[in-house]
Amino acid sequence: MSGILVVEEARRDGSGRIFQETLAAGRKLASLTGLALESAAVGEPGKNIFLQISGPPPAAGHAIRHPLLETYTADGYVLAFEQLIRKLEPDYVLFPHSYQVRDFVPRLAAKFGQVLVGDVTAIEDGPLFERQLFQGRMNATYRREGKGPCFISIQNGAFRADSANGGAMPIAEFIPEIEPEQIRTKPGEPFRESAQTVDLGSAQRIVSVGRGIKDAANMPLIEVLAGALNAELAASRPICDNGWLPMERQVGSSGQTVAPKLYLAVGISGAIQHLVGMKGSQCIVAINKDPDAPIFEVADYGIVGDLFEVVPALTEAVKAAKQ
Amino acid sequence: MKIVVAIKQVPDRDAPVRIAADAKWIEERELQWAMNEPDAYALEEALQLKERHGGEVIVLSAGPERVGSTIREALAKGADRAIQIVCDDLGARDALGVARLLAEAVKPENPDLVLTGLQSEDLGLGQTGVILAELLGLPHATLILHVEKTDAGLKVKRELEEGWYQSIEMPLPAVLTMQSGGNKLRYATLMGIKRAKTKELRTVSAAELGAGAAPAVTLQQIAVPKKQKSTQILSGPAKEAAAMLVEKLKTEARVL
Repeated sequence: MSGILVVEEARRDGSGRIFQETLAAGRKLASLTGLALESAAVGEPGKNIFLQISGPPPAAGHAIRHPLLETYTADGYVLAFEQLIRKLEPDYVLFPHSYQVRDFVPRLAAKFGQVLVGDVTAIEDGPLFERQLFQGRMNATYRREGKGPCFISIQNGAFRADSANGGAMPIAEFIPEIEPEQIRTKPGEPFRESAQTVDLGSAQRIVSVGRGIKDAANMPLIEVLAGALNAELAASRPICDNGWLPMERQVGSSGQTVAPKLYLAVGISGAIQHLVGMKGSQCIVAINKDPDAPIFEVADYGIVGDLFEVVPALTEAVKAAKQ
Repeated sequence: MKIVVAIKQVPDRDAPVRIAADAKWIEERELQWAMNEPDAYALEEALQLKERHGGEVIVLSAGPERVGSTIREALAKGADRAIQIVCDDLGARDALGVARLLAEAVKPENPDLVLTGLQSEDLGLGQTGVILAELLGLPHATLILHVEKTDAGLKVKRELEEGWYQSIEMPLPAVLTMQSGGNKLRYATLMGIKRAKTKELRTVSAAELGAGAAPAVTLQQIAVPKKQKSTQILSGPAKEAAAMLVEKLKTEARVL
């Protein structure tokens, strides 16, 4: 085929949302290049993959099946996708930008002398692929050079899934050749550290704190504000890495995804890993000393200033408003 | 265990980034530089493994002369020796091009383990370690928080999405990319800084390694991101701005 191969990843929660978004990105690329769309996934059609197609269905679906692929391993997936891509010869291969994709696609791309253009947020005429640099402080456009399959991964939430139900596509089975000794890692069952005691997902108001707080000794400042607002306390990754708040209060790609009525980000610069976890909030307020911090790109209200002055003042103002 | 840690020097997180005149990269003059934080966690893991099991920690970094200061910092923290790939055109290479340089420098060392951070804070590609594993023909695992040596090789703790983890067993030699937060980072001691000056720092030029190839993708242009929302910035003294914010949250946004 000469075309665009959109890859679905079977998700633990059974949700096909990021596949529908990747399909939407594929359609955008198809409209710019005139290429046709096909799809591929590891799994069983109708059971854990190709459950639903929104929008116009791809011309064909390739279901990759092998007993050695039942549990994900980078070695297994690289072998399987390498064989499928050599057979189909697509111009572009699109993936969702998941942890799993980050784990195996750079290695897969290297087999073809290519790199992954990862975490793409927009596709423009050229085609040019847009992604972020410097933790979201800059945008960059990339262009593919030369020939061979071009590997792209699409940022979660960057493309809007088509809402129309698109119907079915013809599905072909693809059985790769994989030997047990080619898989060098032995993955265990996924587990959680401890029972989650905080459900930030259902919180109405969240006060979230980042590196700007500087020291564990300053945390009470944020706790008092959260108390005044009757809000749950949350944080960006570095705060939990430091042990200043438990890991379960982390918002972002490696933590929880939240969408409260009010999300107040204090001293959080707004790296993309954090933004994906909170940008669906109804009202976002940012307090940061850096006027160029990317958190202001998604904020409804912002105060540019020293949080050590602004937070106590805000706590007082909230208390005063209650009276 | 002989461990190679690949580290990158990146602009300091708090340094303001400005777009260079050609709009292809940032203005590097007067910029402050630091060790990429995930790489600092990779170094920490390597030092702790050495403390538990003995062996040697070799730091590897590619870049122009300024990279030497970050390498010295790693030596001061306890790495035994270092290799610097002197390369003034790192930005013109894609992740595969950079990984090829690193692979050529790693090969003669024949290490048991190669560690690096899961991604860099400037480009954020998150690929170098994985490609390095492919070029070295070694198994790999990414987003690792904890490494345990076993009789058969390694048992590592990998972070999955949304608060899930998994254990992976794998043979040595191997390549791991480290997630931040698995350990507490150490500071260099005065003694360490003093001793770093006497440690071996070998330089090798990119040309000597002979790993040149045309990039598969090129960066065309950088720009300041467009705003997704129109933000109302509330200015004035802290007290006034705070009072205005509360008023807006009550009457405009209606979330209080």
